[in-house]
Amino acid sequence: MSADPIPTPPPRKPAASGSEPETITGAAAVVRTLELLGIDDIFGLPGGAILPVYDPLMDSTELRHILVRHEQGAGHAAEGYASSSNRLGVCIATSGPGATNLVTAIADAYMDSVPLLAITGQVFSTLMGTDAFQEADIVGITMPITKHSFLVKDPKDIPATIAAAAHIASTGRPGPVLVDITKDAQQATAPFIWPPKIDLPGYRPVTKAHGKQVQAAAQLFVEAKKPVLYVGGGVIRAQASAELLELAELTGAPVVTTLMARGAFPDSHEQQLGMPGMHGTVPAVLALQESDLLIALGARFDDRVTGKAELFAPNAKVVHVDVDPAEISKIRIADVPIVGDAKDVIVDLVAAYKAAAAETAPDIADWWTYLNGLREEFPLGYAPTTDGLLAPQYVIQRIGEITGPEGVFASGVGQHQMWAAQFIKYERPNSWLNSGGAGTMGYSVPAAMGAKVAQPDRDVWAIDGDGCFQMTNQELATCAINNIPIKVAIINNSSLGMVRQWQTLFYDGRYSNTDLNTGHDTIRVPDFVKLAEAYGCLGIRVTSEDEVDAAIKLALETNDRPVVIDFVVSADAMVWPMVPQGVSNSYVQYAREHAPSWDEED
Amino acid sequence: MTAHVLSLLVEDKPGLLTRVAGLFARRGFNIQSLAVGVSEIDGLSRITVVVDVDTLPLEQVTKQLNKLVNVIKIVELDPNQSVQREHLLIKVRVDNTTRSQVLEAVNLFRARVVDVSTDALVIEVTGDSGKTTAFLRVLEPYGIKEIAQSGLLAIGRGSKSISERVFKN
Repeated sequence: MSADPIPTPPPRKPAASGSEPETITGAAAVVRTLELLGIDDIFGLPGGAILPVYDPLMDSTELRHILVRHEQGAGHAAEGYASSSNRLGVCIATSGPGATNLVTAIADAYMDSVPLLAITGQVFSTLMGTDAFQEADIVGITMPITKHSFLVKDPKDIPATIAAAAHIASTGRPGPVLVDITKDAQQATAPFIWPPKIDLPGYRPVTKAHGKQVQAAAQLFVEAKKPVLYVGGGVIRAQASAELLELAELTGAPVVTTLMARGAFPDSHEQQLGMPGMHGTVPAVLALQESDLLIALGARFDDRVTGKAELFAPNAKVVHVDVDPAEISKIRIADVPIVGDAKDVIVDLVAAYKAAAAETAPDIADWWTYLNGLREEFPLGYAPTTDGLLAPQYVIQRIGEITGPEGVFASGVGQHQMWAAQFIKYERPNSWLNSGGAGTMGYSVPAAMGAKVAQPDRDVWAIDGDGCFQMTNQELATCAINNIPIKVAIINNSSLGMVRQWQTLFYDGRYSNTDLNTGHDTIRVPDFVKLAEAYGCLGIRVTSEDEVDAAIKLALETNDRPVVIDFVVSADAMVWPMVPQGVSNSYVQYAREHAPSWDEED
Repeated sequence: MTAHVLSLLVEDKPGLLTRVAGLFARRGFNIQSLAVGVSEIDGLSRITVVVDVDTLPLEQVTKQLNKLVNVIKIVELDPNQSVQREHLLIKVRVDNTTRSQVLEAVNLFRARVVDVSTDALVIEVTGDSGKTTAFLRVLEPYGIKEIAQSGLLAIGRGSKSISERVFKN
């Protein structure tokens, strides 16, 4: 088949038929298993209990190991790697504190269904349970935040366990899987048998949906007067954007894309209403709220989307498509539950809709009249700042516009995250990475690093806050040394902005412990430009609107080192629209004092 | 809130009980009783758990349990279609005047005396919770010194077994 003049080496065959399998150490088995699984890049930091694995790792030509500065960075980097490329992200750490430093990233991956394989060293099996040096029960600690976890004490179990872990992490509803390997299992030898026998009798994810349910969904769809396609992150994980586009255009139904689904459906499309939820667009929020039929695709009725769940979309029937049966009817009872992979189900739904529409002609013209009225009356926008400092929304919007839809944008958590979700226009899946479920400050720099490793030809931005940036910025060293030229935009409002916004709105402007002293008219500790330079990055400070474009362009042109732009912005800018916590989404406030008043939160 | 009896076929792996118990605690489900033991298949255990929830959260319980990789099958056992038993060991105070009355109660309830001393008897009784509760009420006036109770055990009536259904294909 190959006309390629360069001979490619055949895949390694450790167990040639008829011959004895090669006997190798458990540590070598870890490396070889990862190679045979097709892993190319791993993020980690060595320590005592994982040292044996790092020795054969040094000789591997197929695995690129990127030495991070903190294990949390390894975890988020693996997440960014996975989320930007749909590949399995792999991180590795030693026992005890090395492993516990991964916990935040593992929890994050669990909430956002990121395929993540975490490998940790464990103390000698003979020492386990004795409070040995750097011992932590990481399997126990991560039980509530992993899809599954394994403890390996025998070298012969290593290939099958890692292969099973990779399989579990990347199939069904993806998620993090942890493999904890004792040091003696790494040191001892065993025959390496490949492919290993994977025995998981209790793991059978359903992907193909029930035909009758799909027909029932299609019937409701053609009868609905106010349908909405409520698209969640599952559509991105299932790589179902093309199918979704077909379904949307076939049905003409409006589409809302949740925070996790930004990019699943093009923002430029006329049926796109934007992001729903606490900081969603008014048309998206009210479309869900007024709908008579929600087609939820890989979405989980998160409280940040529904507001007070009992009051959410009170007149809507619900078709709920999810690969995880436990998500269906967890928050909102589904009238038509469909368990299956979003991609397969949408394909079936397209066919079923065509058949049903031949009998009943759908009519949603009035619905669009209403929605278009909302779009006209409540477009996404922002007010100029009152203190003359830069508007953060403007900065973020320009980053999106100048970089274009082929870029990757990883954000931290808070105001800048919401603005990045609102004001950057996403045209393709996997271009928007963020910590949606867990809300992990510090996600963006390492996630951008991971994304840049997975997608070296794309411009990768970390859109970060001054608070978030200070949690994980040490990975700039990793980026600088390993030639991973990410671009970091610090939206520096000199405070923990989202908390400050709540203090403005709900605590009478009493700014308790939210001032970070990094911005305008402060002592600037740290000075982000100097910090960037110390890390071997290009540091740029931008304080006025006329400098914005030039700085972004310079960042995009600079690819010999990472770039950090300190955008000094107004601390008074707030995220709008907003639905206050604990009330119906009908009370969405377009801007301050532009809706029914509310002064309570719970 | 009503009690539901779930029979779980699970892989006998380290930490399995922690996974199941942790899931109940984390999601706020209330365990009334728990019994763990071997099953008819090597490497598999059976957990019988009585959970105290309404019907709707019960669906969440079973769906979440099903997501545990080591859980192979979950069946809710209807009290009318299954045999349900609990097992009690009761240490009750007796003297020369009350011993014969206690022994009479033991016979009436088809319980058994498994240890005798001058001032106490250890009695074992098996039955559904109606029977065991009634028996305890009868013994109470004599002075119950100690009770050890097993979790509820349950098995479906008829010839079908849960594992047959799982492994037939």
